[in-house]
Amino acid sequence: MAVAATTRTGARPSWAGRRPSVPPWVGTVPFFGYVAVFLLWPTGIVVYEAFKNPAGRFTLSGITALGNSQVRGFFIGSFKLSLISSLIGAVLGAILAYAVASGNPDGVIRRLYLCVSGVLAQFGGVTLAFAFLVLIGPVGLLFHAGWYFSFPWGITVIYAYFQIPLMVLVFLPAIDGLKVQWREASENLGSSAWQYWRYVGGPLLLPAFLGALLLLFANALSAYATIQAWEDAIPYTVPQQIYTSMSSEVGLANINYADALALGMVVLVAIVMTGYALLQRRAARWLR
Amino acid sequence: MAAVTSVGETPLAVPARRQAGMQAGRRRRLNLFRYVVFTVFGLFFALPLLAMARFSLEGAKLGTWSLTAWRQITSYTSSEGIPPLISAVEITLELAVITSAVMLVLVVPTMIWIRLRVRWLARAMEFLCLLPLTIPPIVLVVGLGPIYDKIAHLSLSALMLFWVYVILALPYAYRALAAGLSAIDATTLSEAARSLGASWFSVIVRVIVPNMWDAVLNALILTWALVLGEFTVAFFLLYVNLQVELYSISRNTPDAGVIFSTSTASLLFAFVLLLILSYVGRRRRAIRG
Repeated sequence: MAVAATTRTGARPSWAGRRPSVPPWVGTVPFFGYVAVFLLWPTGIVVYEAFKNPAGRFTLSGITALGNSQVRGFFIGSFKLSLISSLIGAVLGAILAYAVASGNPDGVIRRLYLCVSGVLAQFGGVTLAFAFLVLIGPVGLLFHAGWYFSFPWGITVIYAYFQIPLMVLVFLPAIDGLKVQWREASENLGSSAWQYWRYVGGPLLLPAFLGALLLLFANALSAYATIQAWEDAIPYTVPQQIYTSMSSEVGLANINYADALALGMVVLVAIVMTGYALLQRRAARWLR
Repeated sequence: MAAVTSVGETPLAVPARRQAGMQAGRRRRLNLFRYVVFTVFGLFFALPLLAMARFSLEGAKLGTWSLTAWRQITSYTSSEGIPPLISAVEITLELAVITSAVMLVLVVPTMIWIRLRVRWLARAMEFLCLLPLTIPPIVLVVGLGPIYDKIAHLSLSALMLFWVYVILALPYAYRALAAGLSAIDATTLSEAARSLGASWFSVIVRVIVPNMWDAVLNALILTWALVLGEFTVAFFLLYVNLQVELYSISRNTPDAGVIFSTSTASLLFAFVLLLILSYVGRRRRAIRG
């Protein structure tokens, strides 16, 4: 396919003019411009507001509030839930993605799983929590799971319901990239299935797997509606705390505190991402 | 690169046939593995949905069946007389099309370009694409307030939501596309195309993108699913899309089962749409390949 495409384009070399005066990063300006207006600008406002009090004066009280033990508990809860649910989702999702990828690329099963995954990856909130409640809750249709209301395992099962489909969608192209020839070559050299995955398939997929894991982590970190519907009496995570402090009905709403919490989340992801970047550098060292 | 592969394929085919016994054994084991996986995951995905559907069909007395909750979706009309659900569906579909188009035009060329020419920006792009997930939508809405005030001066249509939906879809679309792009040898492909005289436009649109078409399709599916299921941002910016409309229907009827019939309906709707999208996408790929 690549050959066909390149020969076709080779027919008109006159278009391939070089403009050496323009540095290559100019091509990325539309993307970064758009992101600056609709993402960095709002984020900047959030960061800026985190350093102010409700009266509009500069203060560090929002930031210092991040240090108290209760708030730290929310961050630890968020981190624990995100880590566990993303690890489980990534591993199970990778297995499912492999099963999907090893079938007929135009088959019904693949199409079905792809579309179901697309829908379920964005499914959440009250209805998802309720579906699990009527299934395995205290008076469940299927059975009663004693751990249903325990943190983090009960909510992890519910989170797996959108984490696994998300993993399938983002990881499938990477598995599709594994060439049959590599498998055949390693078999011809006498490798077992385990050796193939340990020395060929695994290292090839590792960078993509880590990237997907990071996405799942952030996805679980930002989820709010589902955990709120699962157990609204006890707050466990940072987003729950943010919503509470933004929409308090007893007049205690404190936007600046919410902004400080949001800033804390951005910092948390930045830390996790630094660790990911280091891992990624090791994992992808031998790639070009 | 393509020439090397095609030369390499011929000798490989011979031993493959000779070791047919081992191949068949592996295939059997693989098929067994696939059926077990599909059954287990299928049950895990289907059971909560069935529980929800069962609940939406609950009659007035516990344990009886009734269609009341489903009838109320279609019978609901606004004071103006037109069923608002139709216009909400229409606006959401338009949003899905615009959002996915803007997202693809913005992200795909930039990503390939960074991959080929500006490697040092790759990490920055990845971080920016993940950032939307770390800011809770409600906080993003607060930050977007001033910008949307300016946009609202120009147009009040709910279509204006696409500006922020592109941002919300970035993490999912980026990861799907990155997986596809890293699975192909973009550098070699582009060098081959360039040395044959292709412009950079041709390299991106006619060489790289067709090779990562599956990833593009996945990104499309994720974007559509996001737009079809988005509630928070639309609700807080006071625009009416499908989810907001379904929410107000379930709010305005006394029947508690309606929230589950509306959710089931919106899931079914999204599923059918994505299925159609995947068929259209596949056909395109079949022509290409």
